[in-house]
Amino acid sequence: MSQATSKKMKVNLKIWRQKSCKDTGKFVDYSIPDVNPDMSFLEMMDLLNEQLIKKGEEPVEFDSDCREGICGSCNMVIDGVPHGSMKGTATCQVHMRHYRDGDNIVVEPIRAAAMPIIRDLVVDRAAMDRIIMAGGYVSINTGNAQDANCLPIEKVKADTAFDYASCIGCGACIAACPNASASLFTGAKISQLALLPQGSPERKIRVINMVEQMEKEGFGDCSNHGECEAACPKEISIDSIAMMRREYMKAVLG
Amino acid sequence: MLDSKIPSGNLQDKWSNHKSHVSLVNPNNKRKFTVLVVGTGLAGASAAASLAELGYNVKSFCIHDSPRRAHSIAAQGGINAAKNYPNDGDSVWRLFYDTIKGGDYRAREANVHRLAEVSGNIIDQCVAQGVPFAREYGGLLDNRSFGGAQLSRTFYARGQTGQQLLLGAYSALMRQVALKKIELYNRREMLDLVLVNGKARGIITRNLLTGEIERHAGDAVLLCTGGYGNVYYLSTNAKNSNVTASWRAHKKGAFFANPCYTQIHPTCIPVSGDYQSKLTLMSESLRNDGRVWVPKNKGDSRSPDVIPENERDYYLERRYPSFGNLVPRDVASRNAKNVCDEGNGVGDTGLSVYLDFTDAIKRTSEASIKTKYGNLFDMYERITGENPYKVPMRIYPAVHYTMGGLWVDYNLMSTIPGLHVLGEANFSDHGANRLGASALMQGLADGYFVIPYTLGEYLAANTLEKVTTEHDAFKQAEDEVKAKLNQLLSVKGNKTVQEYHQQLGHLMWDNVGMARNKEGLIKVIKDISNLKDEFWQNVLVPGEQTYYNKNLEYAFRLGDFIELGELMARDALNREESCGGHFREEYQTSEGEALRNDDDFCYVGAWEHKGEKAEPQLHKEELVFESVKLTQRSYK
Repeated sequence: MSQATSKKMKVNLKIWRQKSCKDTGKFVDYSIPDVNPDMSFLEMMDLLNEQLIKKGEEPVEFDSDCREGICGSCNMVIDGVPHGSMKGTATCQVHMRHYRDGDNIVVEPIRAAAMPIIRDLVVDRAAMDRIIMAGGYVSINTGNAQDANCLPIEKVKADTAFDYASCIGCGACIAACPNASASLFTGAKISQLALLPQGSPERKIRVINMVEQMEKEGFGDCSNHGECEAACPKEISIDSIAMMRREYMKAVLG
Repeated sequence: MLDSKIPSGNLQDKWSNHKSHVSLVNPNNKRKFTVLVVGTGLAGASAAASLAELGYNVKSFCIHDSPRRAHSIAAQGGINAAKNYPNDGDSVWRLFYDTIKGGDYRAREANVHRLAEVSGNIIDQCVAQGVPFAREYGGLLDNRSFGGAQLSRTFYARGQTGQQLLLGAYSALMRQVALKKIELYNRREMLDLVLVNGKARGIITRNLLTGEIERHAGDAVLLCTGGYGNVYYLSTNAKNSNVTASWRAHKKGAFFANPCYTQIHPTCIPVSGDYQSKLTLMSESLRNDGRVWVPKNKGDSRSPDVIPENERDYYLERRYPSFGNLVPRDVASRNAKNVCDEGNGVGDTGLSVYLDFTDAIKRTSEASIKTKYGNLFDMYERITGENPYKVPMRIYPAVHYTMGGLWVDYNLMSTIPGLHVLGEANFSDHGANRLGASALMQGLADGYFVIPYTLGEYLAANTLEKVTTEHDAFKQAEDEVKAKLNQLLSVKGNKTVQEYHQQLGHLMWDNVGMARNKEGLIKVIKDISNLKDEFWQNVLVPGEQTYYNKNLEYAFRLGDFIELGELMARDALNREESCGGHFREEYQTSEGEALRNDDDFCYVGAWEHKGEKAEPQLHKEELVFESVKLTQRSYK
């Protein structure tokens, strides 16, 4: 680390700039000569923006909040890969030490018809909320729920449910999919609740409503490319899509 | 006079009596009331969902694109509850007592006891929602221990407890949105509170996508907008966390209580350079297995693995044999600062200490440590480039949580009738120091189990005239907001918002940080005041008002942070004692521990805004302890 902090590196960026969803947008080239390798990718973007503001230009807008890889706000497509090529890592957790001096980096927003661009790298992901609204919950009101330990749950099932529940809703799976399908996102929630006894009473109606909502929003179908799993910063398994399909068939036929 | 409205009777009976006698709103009348809930973190989402379930019309506002992104999501370690599942002797009383003691006897007994009472219900509720807490092989819930407690009462979902609890509350919220009981306004920021006849009757929001300034009227307003740790620039808070909603309410008459009580969390990844945009917390749960140490010899720059045992100082185990590495956060933080100030710190900057898992890995196995903390170890390695399974982690304290906040009574209502404040945004339950795994508990307690009862007390007992957004008060507030935004854009000075924020952060960290003194506080009040003048004359905000413009949002928030910073310093100056997270160098024991002054400072300091040019006025709420005896906190 001590060696890294004394070094500076240069990066050449090609960044998508677009004023609004009506604008056509274009790539603009930027160069930053003094990137510290210990910076995170977003700190490098902050640095660029500070330099742009000082020059009287408008900064590159991007969503970012927790910078700990858990809120799912950041969602840049870096060199064609959502969140960049580091496995299991959200954009905010990518650090510049993984790049080399003089590297060229292309930064784009997520592109999917169901998630229009708002400005620069910021996209509208409300469609994902609407999928959850269609059934991604257990219908229980606040009140006197039974004692938590009245409901033992097999550890392996609980752990698998957790794996699916760890989705951060960033949209990387959709960006990575050639069909812009939201199947991994939707399947993860369906699988979490299908594995748990709490989700059981609404199991059928949930999967039907969520899958229909996904289609209604204009997301594509899954054709088993597996790009979603590869891009997911939480490494959610594509098994969830298989489970969603089984749940759907059972609900429709059974 | 500040009336905390604490119910009479025995401590153990106050909440149940209060619930039995609180005014009720008839089910058919609930739909006639509109409640504006600002914020969608644990407190906001749970409150909005629970109130909508009861039949109220709820409007929910969040600054993010989705309510699921509120910063509660980043909480890692766990949530406390007095369930006593491990049979290790826990009880409501013990959770209450640990929390009061942990808060260094600067919280209200009645509030804290209520928090402990409802803690079990929270776990039941969350499990019923499908929150995947960690389980034992028998299928029952697992618990672990946390700082400041000698038993295991913390429920957790790997290192992502906040995420799982928030997604539970978010799913309850979205269910009510689907049922059309909640109108959700995303990417909206509250920029002012609207008062009509002295009551909170609406808010002014900015649509962050279009810049449009909007008016919303309601019968009550709930602020669930989190803490103000970002006043320090570097903190573990998310980039968008801010004080604006609270501060706007303060300037409209809500008292701000104990602003100087800030929590510096001991286990964060150390600062590595000026470019750093935020700090990252490593869950305190790591202290269950990690041992904190520094080399005994100053400036010992050897690699930690070659420093022999007898040349290491496990200073927490040495100084606090009964709690060891699990002392409360304020104690752990201050000790880290002390050993570094004395020259024993490690790393390039000398501003870090080791958190070493070698013994735990030997005692159990690498696999077992991975199961417990895998995601935290991965996160550490991503950020630092070092592998903590092989090399001890390096940690240093960082600003994490703010115990202070808007003053509220027992019903969670501020000094403005109708304005209620929940979660980290209020001041009520943690005193001068919050224990680990208690923030999630308080946010959800307020939202699920307190406000659904206490809001009725206000709505049923008051006659609220019909108010629409055409009322002059809305127009006036809207005009003020627009003028302020225009002013920020029109300065076109030389320094960016971030540069001013960094400057404010340095002033706060150096003078109102882990250790404070009179001289520094007097000076910093003047420095912040000068910074405020300079900011409004020289800030450079790019772009326009009419579209997505992060820097404009940021500038508006920073304007409020600067004013808050000054109030924090005033509060710290006024409080001539050390307690919890507030450490005044002049007031310490011979062993360097915080020295309280119960005779003169056993009160909540609540500040009233008296105008732009006037100094704020201090109001005191005496803290009365009927059930616990105030003692010098000892974790030895």
